[in-house]
Amino acid sequence: MNMTDLDGSILSLVTFIPLAGALLLLLFPRRDRDIKVFALVVSLLTFVASLHLPAHFQRGQAAAFQFEHDNIWISSPNIHYHMGVDGISMWLIVLTTFLTPLCVLISWNSIHERVKEFFILLLVLETALIGVFTSLDLFLFYFFWEATLIPMALLIGMYGHGRRVYAAIKFFLYTMIASMFMLAAILWLYARVGSFDFVTVQNAIRDGQVQDFSGAAIWLFLGFFIAFAVKVPLFPFHTWLPDAHVEAPTAGSVLLAGVLLKMGTYGMLRFNLGLFPDQARHNAPWIMILALIGIIYGALVAMVQPNLKKLIAYSSISHLGFVVLGIFSFTQAGLDGATYVMLAHGVSTGGLFMLAGIIYERKHTYDIAEFGGLATPMPRYATFFLFIVLASVGLPLLNGFVGEFLVLSGAFQARAVYGVLGATGVIWSACYLLWMYQRVFFGKVTHPENQSIPDMNLRERAALWPAAAMALVMGVAPLLWLNAIDPSVKNVLAPFAQLASKVGGR
Amino acid sequence: MNIAGHPLPQLVDYIRILPEIVLSVFGMIIMLLDPIMDDRANQKILGIIALIGSLAAIAASIYQAQFPGLGFWEMVRVDSFSIFFHVLIAAITAVVILTSYEYMEVQQIRAGEYYALILLGAVGMSLMSSAVELVLIFVALEISSISTYVLAGFRRRAAISSESSVKYFLLGSFATAFFLYGVALMFGATGSTNITVIGDVLSSGDIPVLAYVGIALIFVGLGFKVAAAPFHIWTPDVYEGAPSPIVGFMSTAPKAAVFAVLLRIVFEAHAPGHVWLIWVMAALSMTLGNIGALVQDNVKRLLAYSSIAHAGYLLVAFAALPHDGIPSAMFYTASYAAMNVGAFAIVSHFGGAGERYVTMEDYAGLGRRSPLLALALTIFLLSLIGIPMTGGFFAKFYVFSAALQANLVGLTIIGVLNSAVGAYYYLRIIVVMYMREPRIEAPLPRIPAGLGTAVAISLAATIYLGTLPGRVLEYASQSVADLVR
Repeated sequence: MNMTDLDGSILSLVTFIPLAGALLLLLFPRRDRDIKVFALVVSLLTFVASLHLPAHFQRGQAAAFQFEHDNIWISSPNIHYHMGVDGISMWLIVLTTFLTPLCVLISWNSIHERVKEFFILLLVLETALIGVFTSLDLFLFYFFWEATLIPMALLIGMYGHGRRVYAAIKFFLYTMIASMFMLAAILWLYARVGSFDFVTVQNAIRDGQVQDFSGAAIWLFLGFFIAFAVKVPLFPFHTWLPDAHVEAPTAGSVLLAGVLLKMGTYGMLRFNLGLFPDQARHNAPWIMILALIGIIYGALVAMVQPNLKKLIAYSSISHLGFVVLGIFSFTQAGLDGATYVMLAHGVSTGGLFMLAGIIYERKHTYDIAEFGGLATPMPRYATFFLFIVLASVGLPLLNGFVGEFLVLSGAFQARAVYGVLGATGVIWSACYLLWMYQRVFFGKVTHPENQSIPDMNLRERAALWPAAAMALVMGVAPLLWLNAIDPSVKNVLAPFAQLASKVGGR
Repeated sequence: MNIAGHPLPQLVDYIRILPEIVLSVFGMIIMLLDPIMDDRANQKILGIIALIGSLAAIAASIYQAQFPGLGFWEMVRVDSFSIFFHVLIAAITAVVILTSYEYMEVQQIRAGEYYALILLGAVGMSLMSSAVELVLIFVALEISSISTYVLAGFRRRAAISSESSVKYFLLGSFATAFFLYGVALMFGATGSTNITVIGDVLSSGDIPVLAYVGIALIFVGLGFKVAAAPFHIWTPDVYEGAPSPIVGFMSTAPKAAVFAVLLRIVFEAHAPGHVWLIWVMAALSMTLGNIGALVQDNVKRLLAYSSIAHAGYLLVAFAALPHDGIPSAMFYTASYAAMNVGAFAIVSHFGGAGERYVTMEDYAGLGRRSPLLALALTIFLLSLIGIPMTGGFFAKFYVFSAALQANLVGLTIIGVLNSAVGAYYYLRIIVVMYMREPRIEAPLPRIPAGLGTAVAISLAATIYLGTLPGRVLEYASQSVADLVR
């Protein structure tokens, strides 16, 4: 096929390959092995297809969105099937397609019942997640945004642990009620602008063509913001997250932490900054304070968690605080860093959840006190774990460092005290992660039955190797990613020009 | 020859009530055949005749579209608005007949007059959507109501069903009396019972106080029929007792017809002061319906409260401007019909003989015991919540955006908050189906052909309206010109 032809349809292709796979899976007989293999093939195929994006992305180009595709979906109301990506959303798509095959691999043996439904839900979820990042029509965006809820809630509720039903319902209601506010804001904008198209709405607002905008702007900003803040989750909207994570099956946690949370930060970046720059600037102080509280509070709570998975969940709250801090610093470095943290956190926290899942399969508990001295019986596992922990802590030359460094330098530029407080978060994360590592792996084996615990098998290593390798590459060669992110961040920051020029380059 | 100074009806007049004629003829054929064939095996033939009748009514409605205009001394009008509701009502009838096909056998109910009553009820409902004369609307309303009163009591062995029928009959008669009284007052105020004439009088200048009272009384009568608060008290009891396929029928088809009448009265007759009446009714229905549904343990009662809430969402469209309000209300009726008929079809199958299994506990583990129907019910419930990809989503979406266009911010906020509350109880059903262990492990009986077809049709309609709503909405938008001149 001609490459230029492919450019127009590649986004639809990447978005809908998993859905097509899920539909085919419906027809499969209930032979679990075939289903797993097929799901793996489909997710790998999606990943390969998505690599077309970075391969053909025009990095030097100033055009905001690439691989665009714009068709009328419904003529009245004026809804378009408008897809397109910039450097930010492109990498988030690749992150999604990268993590999904790993999720398939890690769920290979942990799912015994209703295997077919599990992989169907996983693939449907992948389509919805990719759709969120590709949509350039507010309606289409909302459509995919809500569509992620059902498969995720079902994954938690059907395949989770003990209190799974409670966690699933809490997750569903929390995020759904919050997104209602976003829907109301979208509808208000449509009623005034007559279009759902992101660029059209953006231009209409910028040129002051929207009636009654000045009075409503703050409410619109908050309508979008609350939906995103719950998803991130920003303190104090975070209470659904630990429950959802602890009860979710491993693959659910990986996608939840790896991608779903980024929907929130991506939404802030794209919509709160993109549509309402003035309001974003006015509200930045309290949002940054909430982000800082999230960083520190998440870290402190993580420190005292007896449950391995809950610890990782709270560490996510802390790390996502960095992302919000970076976004609302309105600096080139801060936004570059925020985007980079999103990607890095997806890889390393995804890795941590996979590792937690591996030990759960053997011990059927996440209780840290049940482990201890595991480095002796499980040397490979301990090595992988250490590597991913160090990546997550932000050791230089691994992926966590780059993003956090950029975010903190952005925060310093915005206001020094933000940078100082944010920097403590790095220290905290080293504390709780390394302390957890010490309790799980070092010393003598505290529980005799752990002496004979089997180490990682080939399939598990196959799931972890890509994550570990990616953590290293992202740490050593961040420019591979940043050269696409940087111009897009410039576009996002264009309305903040006077502020950005004051602080100068990165 | 003339009747009271009017010319005799022409052939085209009869074409303008062709669907009603077709339905009546088939209804009477069934009545006549029923005593001849009392052999139980032959009862299925009656179901097939009824199905053919409803399909013929769809064909007749489509054929009718070539002859738009007034008929029978300006009592009925065929326009794209009436065609829309004719097709919708006949389609609901067809799907309900398919649902009932095996249900009658499982419940051991004699089928004869059952099918006839459904068809005759559909006559009244169809007539309501094309009538432009308040007295004819009253007659049509009675035809439709009386057959639904009887149908509600069709589970003769169950006392609860008789209770349902009597309650429905007593309160329903009361409500129609209100309607009739309102019509009389309207006549006093405007000197006519023709909707077009009333519209001309009311839009021409001074509105007599009597007209306000008349409209209020008409709203009371019609509000009862669509189960809008504060006239909704009967709904849960009646729905709980009536046979499930019939609940699917009477929560959609007569409601669609009454909403058609309301649309004509609100937008064509320029009902004075309607915005506030509607505002209060909509806000109350949404809130009371959703709150009531939260605490239900019986799935039929839960869906009854949900239908009150949905009447509320739909009423929001009536407070909007005609240009957006009419199409969004029409779209809502259609998509609500698709999801609700489908949901009740499945409820009737899960209920088993005597409809014993209708509580939340009975639904535990259905995801495993009957995966296909559980999946279908999940989609219907998601549509009732208003999740994207389903008709229910666009239905709510159009209604709320119409309300925002009319600057009804308060009502929209109430609606949006209510749909969030609503999500909880629909979700509960999904949760018990998939996430709780079944009490009885035995798989359910095989999905019967008629029911399977009915569910497939409803599902296809729900998903079609949720992914490609454009054509239906465009068609509905044409109707704006029919009502607003």
